[in-house]
Amino acid sequence: MTELLDLADRVLALAQDGEQLEVVAVKGTDTEIRVYEGDIESLTSSESQGVGIRVIADQRQGFAYCGSLDFDVLTETLTEARDNASFGTEDEFLGLAEPDGVKPVELDLFRDVNAVETTAKIDLALELEKAAKARDPRISIVESADYYDGFGESAFATTAGIRSTTKESTAYVSVSVIANEGDDTQDGFGYAIGRELSELDIDKAAADAAKRATQLLGAKQAPSERLTVVLDPYVAAQFTGIIAGTLSGERVLKGRSPFADRLGEMVADTKITLVDDPTDPRALTASATDGEGLATRRNLLIDAGELKSFVHNSYTARRAGTASTGSAVRGGFKSTPGVGTRAVSIQPGEISREDLIAGIDNGLLVTSVSGLHSGVNPTSGDFSTGASGLRIRNGELAEPIREVTIASTLQRMMLDVMAIADDTEWLPMSATGVTMSIADVTMSGS
Amino acid sequence: MIDEALAAKTISTALETGGDFAEVFVEDKRSSSAVLDDGKIEELTSGRDRGAGIRVVVGDTTGFAHTADLSESGLAEAARAAASAARGGGGGTNEVELTRQDAPRPSEIAVYPSDVPKVTKVELLKKADEAAREVGAAISQVSARYGDSRRQILVANSNGLLASDDQVKTLFSVGCVAMGDTGMQTGRESVGHTIGFELFDQYDVAEIARKAANRAITKLDAVAAPSGSMPVVVGPGGGGVLFHEACGHGLEADLVAKSASVFAGRKGEKVATDLVTLIDDGTMSAEWGAFAIDDEGRPAQANTLIEEGVLTDYMWDHLRAVKEGRPSSGNGRRQSYQHLPMVRMTNTYIANGPDKPEDIIAATEKGVYVAQLGGGQVNTTTGDFVFGMLEAYLIEDGKITSPLREGNLIGNGPEVLTRIDMLGDDFAMGSPGTCGKDGQGVPVGDGTPTLRVTALTVGGTAA
Repeated sequence: MTELLDLADRVLALAQDGEQLEVVAVKGTDTEIRVYEGDIESLTSSESQGVGIRVIADQRQGFAYCGSLDFDVLTETLTEARDNASFGTEDEFLGLAEPDGVKPVELDLFRDVNAVETTAKIDLALELEKAAKARDPRISIVESADYYDGFGESAFATTAGIRSTTKESTAYVSVSVIANEGDDTQDGFGYAIGRELSELDIDKAAADAAKRATQLLGAKQAPSERLTVVLDPYVAAQFTGIIAGTLSGERVLKGRSPFADRLGEMVADTKITLVDDPTDPRALTASATDGEGLATRRNLLIDAGELKSFVHNSYTARRAGTASTGSAVRGGFKSTPGVGTRAVSIQPGEISREDLIAGIDNGLLVTSVSGLHSGVNPTSGDFSTGASGLRIRNGELAEPIREVTIASTLQRMMLDVMAIADDTEWLPMSATGVTMSIADVTMSGS
Repeated sequence: MIDEALAAKTISTALETGGDFAEVFVEDKRSSSAVLDDGKIEELTSGRDRGAGIRVVVGDTTGFAHTADLSESGLAEAARAAASAARGGGGGTNEVELTRQDAPRPSEIAVYPSDVPKVTKVELLKKADEAAREVGAAISQVSARYGDSRRQILVANSNGLLASDDQVKTLFSVGCVAMGDTGMQTGRESVGHTIGFELFDQYDVAEIARKAANRAITKLDAVAAPSGSMPVVVGPGGGGVLFHEACGHGLEADLVAKSASVFAGRKGEKVATDLVTLIDDGTMSAEWGAFAIDDEGRPAQANTLIEEGVLTDYMWDHLRAVKEGRPSSGNGRRQSYQHLPMVRMTNTYIANGPDKPEDIIAATEKGVYVAQLGGGQVNTTTGDFVFGMLEAYLIEDGKITSPLREGNLIGNGPEVLTRIDMLGDDFAMGSPGTCGKDGQGVPVGDGTPTLRVTALTVGGTAA
C-alpha cells in the first residue's frame, strides 16, 4: 500500500509550475477457476498493475496510462499525458477536485483471500457443480461452475493535496446450467458473492440456477398485448441502473438526459425514492472515496417521485455552479474520472413480493431481459428489451413465456410504477434490486 | 517483445513438471484516442499495455498465468505459476525447437498512426463537429471520437510454433443528438478498419458526421415502432449483426462441445434456406476483424459455416480442435495477454443473393425496413436473440415510409434462418463492432446484402 502511495508521490514530485497532476496506481491479484464434469477446466492465477496520470495545465487536460509500476515507464507516461494536454480545448472548469472537508467513512472491505489454499477454492467450485446438478433431475448439463476471487489495492494522490488508499477483496462463485424436458432446452445461472470465500452461499447459487432454467421449460411466445409487468429484483436492478445513468451531471450538462431541466418536478410515481449511497458497506460497490479522491456520500436523487438532485464530479459541479456530490467514477486506471452513481437503490416498499403479484390480474413477471445495451436509449428514453418470464393470471404465476419484448419509455415507466415490494437484494452490480410492478407496458410477441 | 531463445526457454520452464502443451503469448499494445464532445477537445489519451500470458495444458486442465514483467525471471515465474495451476505431474525436461510460421498480413499499413501528428487527429474531430452542426439547427450536441491501436503479438508453443503479427487499427465515430418538439433523438456512424491513418484517404470525416446528424434529425419525426410479428427487411451491411447473433455464436465449437448451442450435432443438416451461405473470414482485407494470425498463432482463414443452407462446419480454437483430432480454424482469440483464448468470430458475412434490393422492398406489403442495426445479444442455449434497430422505417405497400423510434427486434436463430426468403445482390460490410463473450471483447466485422426475414417480432409500442 505505502509502495503504491510512494510511487504516486514520486510522480507528483515531477509536477511543473502551474501544472495540476493526479495519479492513480493500482495493483491486484486474481484467481479464477472453472470446473467441468468434476475436473478443473482452467485455473488462472495472476497479478496485474497499472497507473493512470491526468495532467491539467493552462486549463487543458490530458491523460495517459500504462500497465506497469516501473518508474521509468511512469515518467514516459507523464510526458505523454503532458503532450496530450497541449491539444485539449481550454476550459475554465477543468481542474482537480479540491478537498471539501467531508471525511470519508471507514469501510472494512478487505479479507485476505490469498491466505486460503487454492485447493479449497477448487473444492468450492466442484461442490457448486455437484449441487447444481443434483438440484433437479431435469438439469442435464452444468455448462460451467466458476470460482473467482480478487484482491486489489490502490493509491490516489493529487497536487491539490488529496491522498487516499483503498484495499478490498471480492469472492464469488457462479454456475450456469442447462435443463431439458421433452424437446425444450432452457438455461439458467446462479451466483453468490461476498468479500471472502466463507461468505458464499453455494446452495443458493445452485438453487437459483436450477430455478431460472427449469421455470422456463416449455416457454412459448405469447401474443402481443399491453399489460402490467413485474420486474424480478435482478431485472429491476438493471432498470434502476439505467435510470440512475440519466441523472449523471455530465449527461445533463451536455443535453443528453431526458430529465435535464426537471429538478424539483415530479418525474416518477410517489412510491419512488431513489438514493445513491456508496458508504453503505452492504453494497459490493461500496467505496469510501470517489474517483477524484473525495469522500463518497449518501445522495438523495428522487424523493417520493420528485427529482431532487443530479450527481456531479468536480468538473460538472463547477460547470453547473454547484458542489461535487462525490460521484466521480472511473473504470480502473485507464480512464479519466467520469460521473455516475455507484450504489443506487430504489427504497423498498411495504408489501411482500407475493402480495404484489397477488394484486395483478393480468401481467408478466419478467425474470430475464436481453439487449438492454441495444434497445434502450438513455437520451431519448426509448425503452425496448427482449424478455422472458412467467405470465401472471388472477394474482398467480402461470405459464412460462419467451421470445417477447417489453417496451415503453423510461419517462413513462417511472410514472407508471404501481408497487414496490420489500425484498431488496444486494447484487453484483452498482444498483440493488427490488421486485416492482409497472403498468401499461407493451409486450410484443406473435 | 521477447527473442526466440527466451520464448523457447519459457516453454521449457512451463513444462518442467510435465504437461501436454505449453504456450507463451506476448503482447505489446499501444493505443491512443482523442475525444471531442460539447464543442471541446476534451481529452487525448495514450495507453500502453505490455505483458505475456502463459498456459500449460495437462489432460483436460488448463493452467494460466500472466505477467507484465517480460524479463527472463518474470516469464519463468509466470510459467511456473501456470504449470502449478495445471497441477502437472511427472516432470522431466522438454526441449522445444521453434520454427517461424508467420502468415501474410490481411492488408499493408501505409501510414502508421503513431507517425501522424496529434494535431492532425484533433483537426479531424473539429471538422466532424462542424460538419454535423451544419446539417441543421436541430443538432443540439455532437461527440466525435478518433482512436488507433497497434497490437504486436508473438505466440510460441510446445509444438514448435513461433509466429508474430502486427495489428494496426484506426477508428472514427460520430454521435449526434437532435432536439425537436417531441424530445431528443440520437444518430451514430462509425468507420473502422485494420489499416493505418490512410483510413482517412478513403473516408471523409465530414461525411461520417453528416450521416450521424441526418440519422438523428430523421428520427425527430419518428413514430413509435410497431409491436408484433411481421416481415423485416434489413439493409445492406446491417444484417451482419443478425447472423452474428442468430447463428454465429451458436457455431462456436466451445459452446457446441458443451451442448450449450442449439446447433450442436446438426453438422450436415439443412439449417437455413438455400439462399444462405455464411462465411467467417479472418483474412478479409482491412476489415475490423482481420488479422494475419489468431491469438494462438494459427493463420487466419476463410471458413464456410453454412453453404446453401447446409451447416458445413463450426469454428474452432486449438484446444477444441485437438480434442476432435482436426486443425484449428484460426478462430482462437483473446482480448489481451491477461485472458485465455477461446473460439471467436472474425468477419462474419452472408454472400450475395439473386435479388435486387428494390424488388425486396417492393415485394413487402407491410413490414419494417432496418437501415442500421445496433448491438445484439443471444442466448445460444435457446437460440433466442435480440438486436437493436438504430435507424428503421415502416414499409407500407412496398414502399419505405415513416421513420421509427428505436427498439429491439427479437427472434429465434434456427427459426429465423429458415425464414430468409429474399437476398439482395448489394453486399456491404457493416460498422466495426466489439463482440463480447465470457467477459472478453474482441474486434469483429460483419456484412450482408439486403435481405428479408418473413417474420420477426418487432418490439415497439404501436399496435
